[in-house]
Amino acid sequence: MSDGRHEGGRDVSPDASVDFATFVDLVTLYQAYASALDARQYERWPEFFIDDCVYRLQPRENFDRGLPLATMAFESKGMLKDRVYGITQTLAHDPYYQRHVVGTPIIGRVMGLVIEAEANYAVFRTRQNELSEVFNVGRYVDIVHRTSAGLRFASRICVFDSEMIPTSIIYPI
Amino acid sequence: MNDLRTSELDVWPPGAGVERIPFSAYTREDLYQRELERLFYRGHWCYVGLEAEIPNPGDFKRTRVGERSVIMVRDRDGGINVVENVCAHRGAAFCRENFGNRSDFTCPYHQWTYDLDGRLLGVPLMRGVRSDGVVQGGMPAEFRREDHGLTRLAVARRNGVVCASFDADVEPFEQYLGPDVLRYFDRVFDGRALTVLGYSRQRIDGNWKLMQENIKDPYHPGLLHTWFVTFGLWRADQKSQLLTDVHGRHACMISRRNEGGSGAVTKGVTSFKANMTLHDDRVLDVVPEPWWNGPTVVMTTIFPSVIIQQQVNSLSTRHIQPRGPNAFDFVWTHFGFADDAPDMQRRRLRQANLFGPAGYVSADDGEVIEFSQQGARQRPGGVSVVELGGTDTATRTEHTVTETLIRSMYAYWRRTLDV
Repeated sequence: MSDGRHEGGRDVSPDASVDFATFVDLVTLYQAYASALDARQYERWPEFFIDDCVYRLQPRENFDRGLPLATMAFESKGMLKDRVYGITQTLAHDPYYQRHVVGTPIIGRVMGLVIEAEANYAVFRTRQNELSEVFNVGRYVDIVHRTSAGLRFASRICVFDSEMIPTSIIYPI
Repeated sequence: MNDLRTSELDVWPPGAGVERIPFSAYTREDLYQRELERLFYRGHWCYVGLEAEIPNPGDFKRTRVGERSVIMVRDRDGGINVVENVCAHRGAAFCRENFGNRSDFTCPYHQWTYDLDGRLLGVPLMRGVRSDGVVQGGMPAEFRREDHGLTRLAVARRNGVVCASFDADVEPFEQYLGPDVLRYFDRVFDGRALTVLGYSRQRIDGNWKLMQENIKDPYHPGLLHTWFVTFGLWRADQKSQLLTDVHGRHACMISRRNEGGSGAVTKGVTSFKANMTLHDDRVLDVVPEPWWNGPTVVMTTIFPSVIIQQQVNSLSTRHIQPRGPNAFDFVWTHFGFADDAPDMQRRRLRQANLFGPAGYVSADDGEVIEFSQQGARQRPGGVSVVELGGTDTATRTEHTVTETLIRSMYAYWRRTLDV
């Protein structure tokens, strides 16, 4: 599908020496993140990130070809808070439920307090009075920092396979 | 079928002008087939892409004209060809990738091979197979490769933009746009080299015309879009101009940003948020560019297939690809200029958060188009009321409190479709 640099493959190679406690911490972070979004607790979403963070939701086509455009592209916790305001106060949309299913993470390099990891995800959309449907499918490409408050995302790039976005994407993935 | 092609369709409410649009215009299959035939495949230019997407010989992009799959390809001499993605042999849509590079095109089914301009180069076993001194099979002696190339489309290139038409007799592209729309086309595309920043693709369950109408409707942005009204990016108290080509099919909405804030146009508008401030306002870090020559936004609709967006520093083409009367695909190509400094490219990408399938001002356009389609489907005899600013059509208007551009489009649509 692509002639680019990444070919959609993994950007981390598993590090077998990672200790179990780190693995559990990371799984817990991933599940808490998904759970907050599925529960529509959007005000919690920025708090999974450090202040100077990156969040991108990017079509795989752009990611693989090295094209910088993303569907959402935020560069600070402030921009994430602005998105939350947009979701809750400004964007007229058909309401829907999201349900994230997040795979077991692959942990790449661990460098001191910095962890590189990836995980597959599938997000289902359920509109009122409608059948549930596959909404957005891809993988998280993450850089996680161990902070005094626990693990936080320094960077979360959601690279999605889905070639077509059905109507629009309002809530974070 | 012949009746459908030639007869007048009984669609419009008796006695009504273009200030009433029948809902069936968005839902009827027979009308839709006539639209494909007369708007997308005959007499009109359709957008296929930017030259910057295929810089090198053999580079190709697969895209659509109407519902038909086509390939835009850079020839060895730098020319650009657009051919239909249908093998002349058994009709296989042989090209399966959106982008790539080829020295020729080979259909996988029976290996018919075409040059980059669509000429048939090779037919396996054309002269048959010699076995025991006897030639078995093969094509008849009178079979000529020259008669079996890919369908070639007429191609128009202007300052880095490529349009195509299945109609060899289509008028020249510049004449098709007309001088006024052409001036605004050239304002963005003045010949500078372009840089493609990336793509967004969405599928919207609405009739394709609703997307054209959305960008011919200066009434909604200051009402539906909080960001536009609150931050003064588009609202009714701005200095603005609307114009169309002489046929009323293409249009430009031209405006100049103001300071936002409360005023007569925000009274009672719930989407206006007087106290809204951003935690990080880099999304609105607007830097005027010399080529704007005044306006901060120009939205150009080129009928039937593309919208050209300049909204402050964000630039895109938005390609409308119909999929039956009730849905269309909407493909955004964001771009900048090759000579953009890194901070300008970053600015264009930040402002892209306003646009596209998740954009602060575009996500809800897709949503409301679906709402309209749902209403049209449930009430086939219903009509849309389009009389803001009167019932007439004008090629030029000096304000935005009007739906004249939608009326103009339907006046053209009715003439062209015999409706």
